[in-house]
Amino acid sequence: MKHKTFFWFILPTFLAMLIFIFLPIISVILQSIHTPHENVLVTVENCDPFGCKKVTSIDHEATKNLKQSEPLGKFVGLDIYFDRGHLAIENFKLLWKNSKNISSFVKSLGNLPFYKAVFFTLTFTFTVTPIMLLLGLLIALGVNSISKKLKGIVIFFSLLPMIVTPLIGSIILFWMIDSRGIIGNLIQWLLDDPNLSLKASTSLTWIMLIVYGVWHAIPFSFIVFYAGLQTVPKDQLESAKIDGANKFEEVIYIIIPHLMPLITFVTLMQLMDNFRVFEPIVGFSAEAHATSLSWIIFNDLGGETRQLSAAATSSILTIIGVIILLSPVLVRTWRDFKFKK
Amino acid sequence: MTKKNSNRFSILIYSFIIIWVFLASFPFFWTFWGSFKVELDFFSISNWYNAVTGKNTFDTYNSQFTGAGYEGAWIQEEFWRSFVNSAIVCFFVVLTSLTIGTLGAYALSRSNYKYTFWLLITALIFRAMPPITLVAGYLPPFFEWNIWGILPTTIIVLVSINQPFTLWMLHSFFQNIPKELDESAKVDGCSQFQAFRYVIIPVMWPGVITTGLFSFLLAYNDFAVTAMLLSDENRTMIPKIAAFLGTTYTEGNVMFAVAAVVSATVPLFILVIFFQKKIVSGLTQGAVKG
Repeated sequence: MKHKTFFWFILPTFLAMLIFIFLPIISVILQSIHTPHENVLVTVENCDPFGCKKVTSIDHEATKNLKQSEPLGKFVGLDIYFDRGHLAIENFKLLWKNSKNISSFVKSLGNLPFYKAVFFTLTFTFTVTPIMLLLGLLIALGVNSISKKLKGIVIFFSLLPMIVTPLIGSIILFWMIDSRGIIGNLIQWLLDDPNLSLKASTSLTWIMLIVYGVWHAIPFSFIVFYAGLQTVPKDQLESAKIDGANKFEEVIYIIIPHLMPLITFVTLMQLMDNFRVFEPIVGFSAEAHATSLSWIIFNDLGGETRQLSAAATSSILTIIGVIILLSPVLVRTWRDFKFKK
Repeated sequence: MTKKNSNRFSILIYSFIIIWVFLASFPFFWTFWGSFKVELDFFSISNWYNAVTGKNTFDTYNSQFTGAGYEGAWIQEEFWRSFVNSAIVCFFVVLTSLTIGTLGAYALSRSNYKYTFWLLITALIFRAMPPITLVAGYLPPFFEWNIWGILPTTIIVLVSINQPFTLWMLHSFFQNIPKELDESAKVDGCSQFQAFRYVIIPVMWPGVITTGLFSFLLAYNDFAVTAMLLSDENRTMIPKIAAFLGTTYTEGNVMFAVAAVVSATVPLFILVIFFQKKIVSGLTQGAVKG
């Protein structure tokens, strides 16, 4: 295709991404190194018959001028990145010096808001991803071997946890897990503890969120692997059977190697999606026990105060996290491209 | 494997699948059933079985089912407004993303220059970024130009955020359409656009419909962006439900929220019923190609 034709075809989508993705990133970077202007204060001496008083007041004119001349705010460099709400360099150093061992260091680091969110986000990402891969594969293998008539209906129900809005899915589960809900009741009965509440404990909240994450993600790996299973060469399976391989060996030596590209693909998509975990925390009202990077940004942006600089800084740190997470893939794609030429 | 063993094995498989289907679908049926009860039944302190029989619902309304939750949500709390807003947002997001996405993806699939690769990689990186990280960049200009809180702004933002995904998906569909088709049209004297218009458009619908389904889901399910960019009266369903959670707990109207949640799930159910095959093929498309 000629350059000129290509240009006109790509222009609308290019402009959309330029204006609403690329420029906002630049704006977010700029906001993260500026802080809003404080009001300009003036001190005037007011004298009346009873004596003189110094009064400090806001100079509206000067404040307005300052805001107009530097609309971004005061330049602060990386200060916001290092403050207590983000990387907390000071606290980090202090803790490092004062902690007796690594585990107590990590524990007290987890009390700082940003690290708390990082810990949860990483735990969530790296537990949900392998569990959903494994369960998705097992379900795909199972569905592949059941009667054909049942497959359609099984796939229909399997799609639901993934298709339903994450916020709604988590709210539905939250209501059931509530101490007055059906699962909450069941667990109380099983453990014989009528006062047990899943919401009150940090570790139980984390488990609850991870269970939700797996429930929500299984359909994706199941569907992809199920489609992949349809393409496994039949003759290989036959010859393995003749050689005396059992079901388990068939899966390990033939099916999994065949599905490897799909496993990589699902892993990649899941790492991306789980890293942005956010809705379940809102749905489960779990913010007292678990926060994520996306949740921190949302929390800063919302409410009356709208702390844009703080949110922008968290956003940049999150984007850096995503890039680190994806770097192996990006490097590989680049090599493939080089290789193709 | 002996016959007895293989029987046992298939019982194991069937029970495993039944457990999964139960886990996947039961929460929805339970909530649907419970949405026609009163709060004392659905969140029962005395006996969970009340939620099935609707004991307290019967005492209050003289029937085991009540639409009080739905009436409260749709009429009293004006959930219908959010429903209309969601419908408008989804319709225009799907329409716009498909229009500009098809043009872009077609060009990307028919060009072999280096910049094609870089555009696709950039789109992949954009796709990986959580959309909420961009919101801090939207707010100041939107406030400045007084376009915050209205539906058109949100529609454009959602379209743009979904473009990377749409481009990747449609790109792989277009690569499946043989290049010879439009090449031969061009030999016959068509311009590139005419070749696209008369040769590609008639055959592209399966891929476009699948991509449209996913665009719809992204717009319909979005919470982070719509919650931040829409004013209270323009809220779509999902942020409205989130707002319900804060207010209804205090007012004791949890059943309004339950009814709203069920109402917002029904369209998705219908979607899966009609488009199950398309959704499955869409999910696997990217995988098999990528």
